[in-house]
Amino acid sequence: MGEQLTLVEAVRTALARAMNDDDNVVVLGEDVGALGGVFRATDGLAAAHGTDRVLDMPISESMFVGLAVGLSTEGFRPVVEYQFMGFLYPALEQLACHASRMRTRTRGRLTCPLVIRAPYGGGVHAPEHHSESFEAAIAHIPGLRVVIPSSPAKAYGLLLAAIRDPDPVVFLEPKRLYRAAHEEVVDDGVALPLDRCFTLRSGADLTMVTWGACTVEALAAADHLAGDGISAEVIDVATIKPLDMTTILESVRRTGRCVIVHEAPRSGGVGAEIAASLADDGLTSLLAPVTRVTGYDAVPPLYRLEHHYFPTTERVVDAAHRVLEYA
Amino acid sequence: MHEDVGSVAVDGARVDAPSHASESRPSALGADELVRMYRAMVLTRTFDAKAVALQRTGRSGTFASSLGQEAVAVGIGSAMGADDLLVPSFREQGAQFMRGVEPAELFSFWGGDERGSDFAAQRRDFPIGIPIGTHVAHAVGAALAMQLRGEPRVAVCVFGDGATSRGDVYESMNYAGIRRLPVVFVVNNNQWAISVPRARQSAAATLAQKATACGFDGVQVDGNDVLAVRSVVGDAIERARRGGGPMLVEALTYRLADHTTADDASRYRPDDEVSAQWRNDPVARLRGRLVHAGVWGRDREEQLLAECAAVIEAAVEEYEARRPESAAAIFDSLYAVLPVAYAAQRAELIQRGETDG
Ligand SMILES: Cc1ncc(C[n+]2csc(CCOP(=O)(O)OP(=O)(O)O)c2C)c(N)n1
Ligand SMILES: [Mg+2]
Repeated sequence: MGEQLTLVEAVRTALARAMNDDDNVVVLGEDVGALGGVFRATDGLAAAHGTDRVLDMPISESMFVGLAVGLSTEGFRPVVEYQFMGFLYPALEQLACHASRMRTRTRGRLTCPLVIRAPYGGGVHAPEHHSESFEAAIAHIPGLRVVIPSSPAKAYGLLLAAIRDPDPVVFLEPKRLYRAAHEEVVDDGVALPLDRCFTLRSGADLTMVTWGACTVEALAAADHLAGDGISAEVIDVATIKPLDMTTILESVRRTGRCVIVHEAPRSGGVGAEIAASLADDGLTSLLAPVTRVTGYDAVPPLYRLEHHYFPTTERVVDAAHRVLEYA
Repeated sequence: MHEDVGSVAVDGARVDAPSHASESRPSALGADELVRMYRAMVLTRTFDAKAVALQRTGRSGTFASSLGQEAVAVGIGSAMGADDLLVPSFREQGAQFMRGVEPAELFSFWGGDERGSDFAAQRRDFPIGIPIGTHVAHAVGAALAMQLRGEPRVAVCVFGDGATSRGDVYESMNYAGIRRLPVVFVVNNNQWAISVPRARQSAAATLAQKATACGFDGVQVDGNDVLAVRSVVGDAIERARRGGGPMLVEALTYRLADHTTADDASRYRPDDEVSAQWRNDPVARLRGRLVHAGVWGRDREEQLLAECAAVIEAAVEEYEARRPESAAAIFDSLYAVLPVAYAAQRAELIQRGETDG
């Protein structure tokens, strides 16, 4: 029997399950111990497993991802928490130079089965640097997986998969959804597949492709469009690297129209990669230009102007109408 | 060495508790200056309490109070010259106010409005620095600029005990040592970095001794004694100005409040530790001196509290009356001249901003 959990509770449940199942799973990061993490994602883990498996880190964001590299080559499965994605930038060096390529460099002799978790995106009235979405920069690094859950059940199943995966995974948690809704989660230890999209809603007239918090606006837009007799398919990409273009192409071949929605800035975003792949492999099925609804190519504003920056339901609906105008 | 003002030099091997000698030493400062510093501390405390209240009532975003640490910021603010440069972290409002930053501006910053970092009367100092420790290199870069131009200015950088664990802080201090740059590093050691106590942040006996490895002096000072902070930081600034190179000052104080309004410190630290620390309240301490010196009494205290409350109320009004920026502001200070590539995005923002009012 499942329990109604929020997304952050589902993360905590998955972490607890992984720690119970495998002694090699250790959790580390700033304030993950006594405090239980700034979002309480690790609440209770130190009490249950002790401070040798739930390790509070000093403020050393570059060091502790490197630490996880060393732990993982020695057979541990470290799960590293970053408090906000905006503080993950110092980790990029270790991710790009080491975690992502240790397997390649050593031809498989040493590997890094580690997970980096970070809350990302805006919408919680947080201070400067607390609303970033630079998933594309991480997705650009060969050898990494980048996974983004869109609901409590997805968070549970995908995080378990990430922890069990033999390669490094960056797991980005849309913090706007942390406590936004409850969903039934069965704590049965069953993982969801990585590298696969999830079709959240089937439709025939157009395909919306999105991930993370923007699934909320995409689904709301699909509801709205249904009122006008338009049937929109909504695909939650979930793993943005590597991309499951098979599922996206299959959908777009049926609908002929595609709207990509993401909160991150437009230029060089993951949406651009999806659009390019559609041009490569789906051009003959397209009835309209592929359209993107994204954050702007600007510094994410502080919260007074944030609502202008986000892809709103209205913007998604407008984009859908635009692609439907092509006969 | 600064034993006379409540600090001890730290040579890495020998570590003493900071002395409190400034208590017994007749102050060289006139009564007016002491009152000016006291006013800055009370204003800071009033501002902090109001900012917390605004957050609690949904009128502001997350806020970091400096409750209990006012002497560090005000000591720094009063030691700096107008042309020196402050590169703050996010609990230095006391120093910022002394340097001309307006309370309404900081309300705006925490209230989610970038105009709060566009200080009207303080054009040079850095804005509040949020990514821990990343601003220390900026202070070193600014100090290099001052040295290259032969300017008699000094950069003062403030960061927390937790920040000292970051590589960039060491890297910055290391370079400052190499070139003997005119920069003073102040660690606001409030004993906590969110839930991590000082002892679990570093096994070093003091944070001041981290200067030793960079080839310059580190000293501890009683960070609850505003006169001691002023004296030690002031000496460090004047030494740096004369070409004596950088110095690290570790101000020992205590975070009496939660880390921020998003935090609940009762989850990780005992209440009695906090109540015991109230005995070292820096505001009460300076008030005691003023009373002892015969320049302060109940009337003046009440007057000051009323004045600070009025200043802060007026600042809240100004903050809340300010019309929000238009959506186009998201692009308007992105580049000196907005590249044509983004003109369409800006136009879309304006058009949408108009339709949703
Ligand atoms: C690079 C970075 N990592 C994490 C955070 C989140 N965070 C905000 S304040 C803080 C603790 C800072 O401790 P300290 O340096 O002692 O300063 P204090 O807050 O005590 O003034 C942390 C971890 C951040 N702002 N920046
Ligand atoms: Mg601290």
